[in-house]
Amino acid sequence: MESLVQHLSARWSLGPWGQELLAAAAILLVAALVFVVALTYAGIITWVERRVAGRTQSRVGPNRVGPFGFLQWLADGAKMILKEDVIPAQADGPMFRLAPYACMLGVFTAFVSVPFGQLLIAADLNVGILFLLAITSLVVVGVLMAGWASNNKWSLLGGVRSAAQIVSYELPAGLAVLVVVLGAGSLSMQDIVRAQGGAPWNWFVFRDPFCLVAFFLYFTAAVAEGNRTPFDLPEAESELVAGYNTEYSGIRFGGFFLGEFANIYLLSAIATSLFLGGWQVPGVSPAEQAGSVWLQLLGFAIFFAKAWALVFVVVWLRWTLPRLRVDQLMGLCYRYLIPLAFACLLGTSLLLLAVVPGSALDLGLRLGTTGLGALGGALFAWRVAHHIRRAGDRVSLDVLQRGARGAFDPAWQTRRYGAFRKAARGQEER
Amino acid sequence: MPADPGLVERAWSLADLAFYGLAALSVGCGLYAALSRNIVRSVFSLLGTFLGVAGLYACLAADFVAVVQLLVYVGGILVLMLFAVMLTSRIEVASRSNRYPGLPSTALGLLLGAGAAVMLVALALLAPWAPAEAPLPYAPTTVELGRILLTRGLLPFELLGLVLLAVVIGAVVIARREEGGR
Repeated sequence: MESLVQHLSARWSLGPWGQELLAAAAILLVAALVFVVALTYAGIITWVERRVAGRTQSRVGPNRVGPFGFLQWLADGAKMILKEDVIPAQADGPMFRLAPYACMLGVFTAFVSVPFGQLLIAADLNVGILFLLAITSLVVVGVLMAGWASNNKWSLLGGVRSAAQIVSYELPAGLAVLVVVLGAGSLSMQDIVRAQGGAPWNWFVFRDPFCLVAFFLYFTAAVAEGNRTPFDLPEAESELVAGYNTEYSGIRFGGFFLGEFANIYLLSAIATSLFLGGWQVPGVSPAEQAGSVWLQLLGFAIFFAKAWALVFVVVWLRWTLPRLRVDQLMGLCYRYLIPLAFACLLGTSLLLLAVVPGSALDLGLRLGTTGLGALGGALFAWRVAHHIRRAGDRVSLDVLQRGARGAFDPAWQTRRYGAFRKAARGQEER
Repeated sequence: MPADPGLVERAWSLADLAFYGLAALSVGCGLYAALSRNIVRSVFSLLGTFLGVAGLYACLAADFVAVVQLLVYVGGILVLMLFAVMLTSRIEVASRSNRYPGLPSTALGLLLGAGAAVMLVALALLAPWAPAEAPLPYAPTTVELGRILLTRGLLPFELLGLVLLAVVIGAVVIARREEGGR
């Protein structure tokens, strides 16, 4: 990047001011690129969310715009831009207008130090992970600003709830991150990824049992910080209408929404980089990867796959778990997550002192934890399969496929519905 | 005022522009916080001040301090102030939150502010700044900071930890309800 700027300024024989302006333009270009990527991801996640929701609840979901309704998010974006931007008469105008920007700034600025690949990072800051934790606290201010400026009691309650929740859950998230930082010996995102390996037993999540727990702690706390179900009290529809964004409409509402969905990708990307090996390719050292374009692309694809798998988990959680109560939410954080996080920190520190890196004990610990993780995953999958078998997949999902092919036939659906009702009646009579 | 022989004459660059922009942001938002009649807006305008100061630290190649400024002031102190302000009843009424304190208090405040400003400017002008031949490289500061904190600064560091622990315990004791109380 720097060399490119120098090359161009030498070629165009620019003065010192020209060079500075060129560098500034390059920075702006990269910033715009990061912004567009983050926006696109946020948009796609809205589509993923609705498709997964449809599937989970045995209904169709968006399927008209583009293949499998994939372009729905573009249509929704156009709709939001075209809608009227309503500002309530009693609201605090300037602050009401500013609040969505504060939220978006907090999330989208964080994307500059997300390592999408070995060379694909806008700014590998020396204090990268700390920067990520710090800049996202702008979201709290934005949410409080929206809650206050709306001059609406639902909004204010939602804003205060959200701020309390984010501030509380920053503690376990920060402590879990600290467990990783201890192991990597650096705060830079790229150094943390480089300290891991491509194979699962070289990831930080499986380094020792404490790290495994820290991964779940981080993930839970990050989902809570993102105000996602089961922690979506700030916008609990049944209590607060829509919480802090009740009074918002049009693209300002869209701003909050995009920030929230970009945050899902952000938390997944951070978890991937910190715990799941980031862009590391199994069997390839970072030095080898740096030399080959194909390995770079493969590393990016691996990061992409892991991060999107976590995004799917976040969406899946939302449509599976019920919402917590306020006291349960705070109890979970202060009674369980924080003590557990401190225990993990202590345990990892002691293990770092006791176990020599690269020794047989280290390898045994890694393999053992990986086995533990695999066993847990297998057990979970077995239970899920068991419950699906027991509940029975009563609703045929081929409605989805018909809709996707474009041959949508309302009469056919009605017939299906009639069949369901008949079956249901039959059960009642029995 | 005599020109400092240590200062090297150099042309303005974008970094200077960024520095003065950030300084203007901090000072402007600070003035708004002091002069606004709406105390909630005052607190929110402090956001600009904190961000500006974090940017100034970044300009001075103090990456760790800049990020900690964000983490502590925006994520902690500002949110705390917002909570305090928002949970006070009828806070937005200016006659309650921003009452005119009377002429003697205003005069005293202005005097103190002017005194502090004079002292700071005098310090900045009189301090024997080390002459900088070239702009400092943007070197990481975390390693050195950590080393100092755990060697030369260990005692103050541990004492600060103790003070914070005492504060936490004190807060719990104050906020706690008596057993069997309402």
